[in-house]
Amino acid sequence: MWQKSNIVSYRHFRTARRGLLVGGIQLGFCGLLAWRMHHLQVEKADSFRLVADENRINLRLIPNQRGEIYDRNGVKLAGNEASYSITMVAEDAGDIDLILERLSKLINLSPEDIKRSKAELNQSAKFLPVTIVDRLEREDIEKIAFNAPMLPGINPEIAFSRTYPLGEIFAHVVGYVGPVSTRDLELRKDPDPLLRIPRFQIGKVGIERELENTLRGKAGTKKVEVNALGRVMREIERKEGSKGANLKLTLDTNLQAYVRARLGNESASAVVMDCNSGEILAIFSSPAYDPNKFVRGISFDDYGTLRDDNHRPLASKTVQDAYPPGSTFKMVTILAALEAGIINHRDKIRCNGHVEVSNRKFHCWKRDGHGNVDLVKSLRESCDVYYYELAQQVGIEKIAEVARILGLGQSYDIEMSAVTSGIVPDKLWKLSARSREWVVGDTVNSSIGQGYVLASPLQLAVMIARIATGNEVLPRLIESINGVEADIETNRLKLNKNNLILVRKALFEVTNDKRGTAYDSRVLTKKSQIIGKSGTSQVRNISAVERTRGVLENKDLPWEQRDHALFVNYAPYDDPKIAVSVVIEHGGSGSTFAAPIARDITLQAIYKGTPPITAYPIEDRAKIYNQQRELKKLMPRTTKSSKVQA
Amino acid sequence: MSYLEYRVKTIPAGWRKVLFMNWGLIALIIGAAFSGFAMLISVAGGNIEPWALSQMQRFSIGLLTMFIIAMTPIWIWRNVSVPIYMLAIVLLLLVEFLGSTGMGAKRWINLGFINLQPSEVAKIALVMLLAAYYDWLPADKVSKPLWILVPIAFISLPVLLVLQQPDLGTSLLLLLSGVTLMFLAGVHWVYFGTVIAFTGGFVLALFKSRGTEWQLLQDYQFSRIDTFLNPDSDPLGAGYHISQSKIALGSGGWTGRGYMEGTQSRLNFLPEKHTDFIFTTIAEELGFIGTISILAIYVGIMIFCLHSALRHRERFSSLLTLGLTMTFFLFFSVNMSMVMGLAPVVGVPLPLISYGGSAMLVLMGAFGLIQSAHVHRPRDKA
Repeated sequence: MWQKSNIVSYRHFRTARRGLLVGGIQLGFCGLLAWRMHHLQVEKADSFRLVADENRINLRLIPNQRGEIYDRNGVKLAGNEASYSITMVAEDAGDIDLILERLSKLINLSPEDIKRSKAELNQSAKFLPVTIVDRLEREDIEKIAFNAPMLPGINPEIAFSRTYPLGEIFAHVVGYVGPVSTRDLELRKDPDPLLRIPRFQIGKVGIERELENTLRGKAGTKKVEVNALGRVMREIERKEGSKGANLKLTLDTNLQAYVRARLGNESASAVVMDCNSGEILAIFSSPAYDPNKFVRGISFDDYGTLRDDNHRPLASKTVQDAYPPGSTFKMVTILAALEAGIINHRDKIRCNGHVEVSNRKFHCWKRDGHGNVDLVKSLRESCDVYYYELAQQVGIEKIAEVARILGLGQSYDIEMSAVTSGIVPDKLWKLSARSREWVVGDTVNSSIGQGYVLASPLQLAVMIARIATGNEVLPRLIESINGVEADIETNRLKLNKNNLILVRKALFEVTNDKRGTAYDSRVLTKKSQIIGKSGTSQVRNISAVERTRGVLENKDLPWEQRDHALFVNYAPYDDPKIAVSVVIEHGGSGSTFAAPIARDITLQAIYKGTPPITAYPIEDRAKIYNQQRELKKLMPRTTKSSKVQA
Repeated sequence: MSYLEYRVKTIPAGWRKVLFMNWGLIALIIGAAFSGFAMLISVAGGNIEPWALSQMQRFSIGLLTMFIIAMTPIWIWRNVSVPIYMLAIVLLLLVEFLGSTGMGAKRWINLGFINLQPSEVAKIALVMLLAAYYDWLPADKVSKPLWILVPIAFISLPVLLVLQQPDLGTSLLLLLSGVTLMFLAGVHWVYFGTVIAFTGGFVLALFKSRGTEWQLLQDYQFSRIDTFLNPDSDPLGAGYHISQSKIALGSGGWTGRGYMEGTQSRLNFLPEKHTDFIFTTIAEELGFIGTISILAIYVGIMIFCLHSALRHRERFSSLLTLGLTMTFFLFFSVNMSMVMGLAPVVGVPLPLISYGGSAMLVLMGAFGLIQSAHVHRPRDKA
């Protein structure tokens, strides 16, 4: 008995000892738990409470209206059109199939719409609205509102979609909007939260894109308390957004429409500027496209047609394409020579039809030559040899300097997409861009706007405007933002005034002297006399073999190999108001094809409408009369809509 | 000492037994349960439905069960521990074949009036069997290798069955309480040292096995471990539970947002806010004061049980009480650790507070056993 109880107490002792140990560990762990509680709940309380509030309070965006775009006379170029859509909330609807069936009796519902809606309704949370159809007519919405008791869960919604009432007339300038893409988001450092809304529309091209931030405005916000599923429990706070700024452009719809009609089916571009303020009155690239198609989502086929057209309707040729300026560049060369003091207006150079420079023959466009040529004659009759000789004496650096002063070789701060800076070549440029030494032949080529020289139609318009006024004219497209006009100041050009006058006088003869290359495009009325220069720029090399056989006529060449036709001009002579540049891709001779178009556009701009027939030379009046009648048919009927608000 | 040697006369009999129950323990249990009711009402947005009312009914049944078990002499419980263990194994096998699947695992068996979770029953049954085994086994054989294999087999069987469901959390808890009991029974230190070393190796192997053909855990189990180790890596996905519950806990502060004012739980940011994650609601609404009070209640229950266990002169009672205390401790400590981000998310409820029938009933049964051992302990003549 004694022995046995001894064993008992021994075992008891061991159990008690280990029991105490285990209990101690347990209590120790409880201490750890208490410490952790204190750490989480007291020490880090503030940061966690903040997170909890963020969790609970959700910021919702209320999309606002995008700013509208008007022309200089208040014609609406881009607006927001109310479009109606209907949504369904599954949990309110109950029997989805029944409601959809009733709905299809009231409005036009395609089977695809029904199928897609059902799929979306089944996928998303029961309390979230799903769009059944959009872009409905007002009558449809009225029908639905009338039958509302029969259609639980169905809600009509109003949304705004972007429209361009004038269609393709302003396609390249105004551009279009489209849904935000992931690329759009990547391009922005700190994107506006609005952009995160699915299918939110932002500017993709043109002013819509370049002034996106101005046009977008500010989204309204509402703070709502949500549960974990995202269901809104209540609204805490609401801040209304503000509409985007309205833009008033310097463009004139009537003139722009005329330019479009006049350019017709050519692959061409034209820029009309106010010489003094730099305001762009019309800037059109032909052919164009309908921006509304892009807003709705263009079909693959339609897009393919636009993309594969060899007239490149998607390209904004006025600013994004640069062409060899051809003879229109001669004003640059002659000004460089005058500035350098190498010649005066009386100096003559003999033209035999070609000149040899470092064993290469450079030809004048006139095979037999011009004989003795002075400054006026060189421009009037566009003698190439005169410039070949001048350029060799002036050197490329001076020519490039004057070209830059006249606005070439630089891109302007203008609100259009992909604005090119063109090329004004010099020795350094060739070394870095082509890794070759500059040779005299390059200078000779450049002197007549061939070779490496490239300029966009906008740059050509700026160039002639600067020659016309002697001011550093800068192009402007935006007249005012929300009614606020930007300040402009113009500086004088760093060119000798007398030299400019000499050039203007010579240019006057181009269009107003019987011997001038563009005499056929003269204007009789003094108030609208045009002063300009044509250019015909080669896009191919003419081989020696071809020269001996006789250079092929443009009409005998395939379209892609024909010369570009250019014309730049200003008007009127004594008080320059309008500057115009016209480039017709593969149009042939500049004086024959581009000059009449530039003349018509200039007259249209000066008379702010159809010019009197008496402005034209007598022999052309019959033709012009018919042309004016034809073009009027092509012009859209624009009513001078309400003036810009704000 | 066997029960035959009891000085039976020192043990209270009849209704007098009620007076000798551990009333402090009962008071704490009721306190914990009532805190639970209050929280379930709060979680339901101030309504007694759907959780609080049925929880009250279950607690009443549980309380009754506890009294009935407590009135039954402890030696009877010792003698039926083998059948109870066998019953638990049979239930675990049944759940394997007939059980209903919930949240990717077969855990429940429908008995008509109650959805029983056999793994809960197994927790108690295992402790009872091991306590009875070591009560029967002479002291000098406790550390003999052969006599160690027997309890290992007892433990392995339910552990493997539960792992099969699969329920890693519960099987680990079963393993841990079984091994603790062996330790309490006096098995030599060396064995535990060896086991710990091997476990370390095993855990290493577990992680190494990931992605290979002999992968030892299911993908979701690995992902739980991942999210435990770094919950902020995927706050809306796999780490959601832990992140949100830490937010709820932290936003409570000293005194909380106030009863029924918690945003995290009421707005459903917290999953299973009425079951496994109810502690977060307490934390958010009642703050540090609330949570530390709950912890204090649990510690109080543990201390009463430990105190009772250490006074037992009888081996079965002592081991049983200590083992059940361990089970209880594992319940609440694992739940709290999980909620506070100290342990991976495993499906362990907060004892006496979380909504749930099986766990409540089994727990009250366990307290019944502890009370029975307390009431029927041999007393020295004063």
